[in-house]
Amino acid sequence: MTDDTVLQMRQIRKTFPGVVALDNVDFELRRGEVHILLGENGAGKSTLMKILSGAYQKSAGQIVFDGAEVEIKNPKHAQTLGISTVYQEFNLIPHLPIGENIFLGREPVRFAGVIDRSAILEEAKNALVGLGLTIDPRRLVKNLRVAEQQMVEVAKALSLDARILIMDEPTAALTEHEIVELFATIRRLKEKGVAIVYISHRMEELFEIGDRVTVLRDGRSVGTYDVNEMSKSELIRLMVNRELTELFPKEHASRGPEVLRVESLSTKSGLKDISFSLHKGEVLGVAGLLGAGRTELARAIFGLDHISSGNIYINGVAQKISSPRSAIKSGLGFLTEDRKAQGLVLPLSVERNLCLSSVDRFSSWGVMNRKEERKAASRYTEELHIKTPSLDQKVVFLSGGNQQKVVLSKWLCSEAEVFIFDEPTRGVDVGAKAEIYQLMNRLTAAGVAIMMISSEMLEVLGMSDRIMVMRGGRIAGEFSAEESTQERILQCALGE
Amino acid sequence: MRPRGIALPQHFLSHYGRQLGTLAGLMAMVIVLWALTPHFLTISNLLNIAEQATIIAIIAVGMTFVIITGGIDLSVGSVLAFSGVVMASTLQLEVPLPLALLVGLGVGLLCGLVNGMLITVGRLPPFIATLGMMSVARGAALMFTEGRPISGFSENFRSLATGEVLRIPTPVLIMIAVYIMAHFVLRRTKLGRYTYAIGGNEEAALLSGINVRFYKSMVYGLAGMLAGLAAILLTARLNSAQPIAGMNYELDAIAATVIGGTSLLGGEGTVVGTLIGALIMAVLRNGLNLLGVSSFIQQVVIGSVIILAVLIDMALKKRGK
Repeated sequence: MTDDTVLQMRQIRKTFPGVVALDNVDFELRRGEVHILLGENGAGKSTLMKILSGAYQKSAGQIVFDGAEVEIKNPKHAQTLGISTVYQEFNLIPHLPIGENIFLGREPVRFAGVIDRSAILEEAKNALVGLGLTIDPRRLVKNLRVAEQQMVEVAKALSLDARILIMDEPTAALTEHEIVELFATIRRLKEKGVAIVYISHRMEELFEIGDRVTVLRDGRSVGTYDVNEMSKSELIRLMVNRELTELFPKEHASRGPEVLRVESLSTKSGLKDISFSLHKGEVLGVAGLLGAGRTELARAIFGLDHISSGNIYINGVAQKISSPRSAIKSGLGFLTEDRKAQGLVLPLSVERNLCLSSVDRFSSWGVMNRKEERKAASRYTEELHIKTPSLDQKVVFLSGGNQQKVVLSKWLCSEAEVFIFDEPTRGVDVGAKAEIYQLMNRLTAAGVAIMMISSEMLEVLGMSDRIMVMRGGRIAGEFSAEESTQERILQCALGE
Repeated sequence: MRPRGIALPQHFLSHYGRQLGTLAGLMAMVIVLWALTPHFLTISNLLNIAEQATIIAIIAVGMTFVIITGGIDLSVGSVLAFSGVVMASTLQLEVPLPLALLVGLGVGLLCGLVNGMLITVGRLPPFIATLGMMSVARGAALMFTEGRPISGFSENFRSLATGEVLRIPTPVLIMIAVYIMAHFVLRRTKLGRYTYAIGGNEEAALLSGINVRFYKSMVYGLAGMLAGLAAILLTARLNSAQPIAGMNYELDAIAATVIGGTSLLGGEGTVVGTLIGALIMAVLRNGLNLLGVSSFIQQVVIGSVIILAVLIDMALKKRGK
């Protein structure tokens, strides 16, 4: 323990009925450091941080904060101690201005409970300037970009005099450029002596921003290391305890005939004159910054946004795609970015979700053939190694990786020929990622064509046969796998 | 294939565990009332309860579908009155009985489909659309009859309410038939699958190729049609169709549905639970009447039971997590 130590969590144990979530976990935090917390989904990162932020009570162990042992009773208590969290899902109220959000629940008041707006304005401005931001605190949160909303969260945490800031996947929704902004903010906080716990699945970020790293595996601490003494593969090995020889096990399938062709597609949602084609067995990576029109392209092809001009051909036949229903009939499948909000019906079972797009096939005269349904569900559950106690398990209880596999199975079951993946591995741990990549290989080997939208540059480079870069609703460039590099794609996306 | 004998109980429990709890509540209520008043547990009184429950129970089936999609239908009571009076006037024209019955069902269906269109095409929140329809249908019923009831029908028609088979009143048999069909539809048909999917996550349902507008409209249409069926039975029982019939029935139907474990958030629920919920309400009313409890206190008791049932349900659900 050095003088810089602000926090020590010793021998932390947390049990839930029937499960040991954490077992003898040690964690130490120093002033002004960015401490990475690394582990697969379910390794116990979130549980540990929830104990620190007062959302959970530890079952056993000791927390020493500023040299004195503390019992963190609830989130409010944690805040008064100076422990704040910036969650993955923001806790901001969209229809209130930035200032009011920062001081939510502890507004400075004049007499009779009237809110002192000028004080809010003044202090909010200070908080934002402290982060190097020049946003007007009177702006409504709903009008901010995701990155700006995140900064508001950070400002809120800091206005509570946070000495420890927990950031859970802070870059998940940010563009490359915004990540640079965030990192600048984090560095500024470090200088002020704030200790930052940083949870992320993106390995490259760890080396850029992290000082030390603590690895958790299956609810136990594996160890704490200096980041610059570790390599990526070493860390991955520690996390999963198995060698991942290849992060991206890309296997090139033989390129078959053209299956999807898009001709001069334009939409009101901002797409301009998009033309490209996709062949059987091919992975077409779609790169670009946030707002470049990648998701809009997927939505248009899948019949969600109205197409103002242009044509879509499947296997050479022009398709009139006006709804997801017609898109699915044409042989398309769409794995949306937000699994929980758009891909799955959480309160329904694995089987129901899996068969949802194929109900027509499993029914005659409106009556379901439950045997066929169950047969298909168990077939895909086995083939894709979906870990679930039974087909009747509600998908809400599955892990992120397994949920993603259920969505994938849904489209396999509906016999889609073209899969559109939008951010296929967001929020998925390393082990499950590799498995999803393997599945993509199997899909292409079976002749499926994949259009993969991804903000993870390494993923695009690692998994694509061809890469299409979008900018401002247009196609800004196209590269073959061999000629593409991270720099070339980024330059193209930025338009430099 | 899994051996059925082993798979069934767990499967059964996962689907009906909540309903078993509600059923236990109903049983407890029956036992207490039996102890307090011996007349309660006579066959004639039990049949009486079942008959009392039919109207609300039938409306509640439609309500269950609607609530599973994540919606609400406040108009069913008024739609009942409107389809009742329209059917009654066709009955008085001495058209063939089946035709008049079709008119009754048809008016309900139509009102429900209008609700559905307002919600899906007009994008109105279900609460607003059906609140409007509640007033429109009630007003239409009053206009249509100039505020007076239409009374006096053929013996043939009235036998729908007064007839019995093996001592069981016809309305109870019709109610049972409706529940069996509704259960089948929810569990075994495309419409049922989509009803749950839409309520569980409308956007995911849309993205899975479900024609959300169509199926949602169908569900509201079904709720309206069942209100029409309830109108037929009520009119036959009273030998009179009244423009003020069915006041607050929507609230009783919602209560029965919610007591039966259907979540107002959508995505889950069963008609089996709703039937138990409707019976709980009927048993409670009947028992309190037999005990001579004043109707003022009855309202307090029934309200408390609704709140209690949902509190218990939520507590159990939380523990289940």
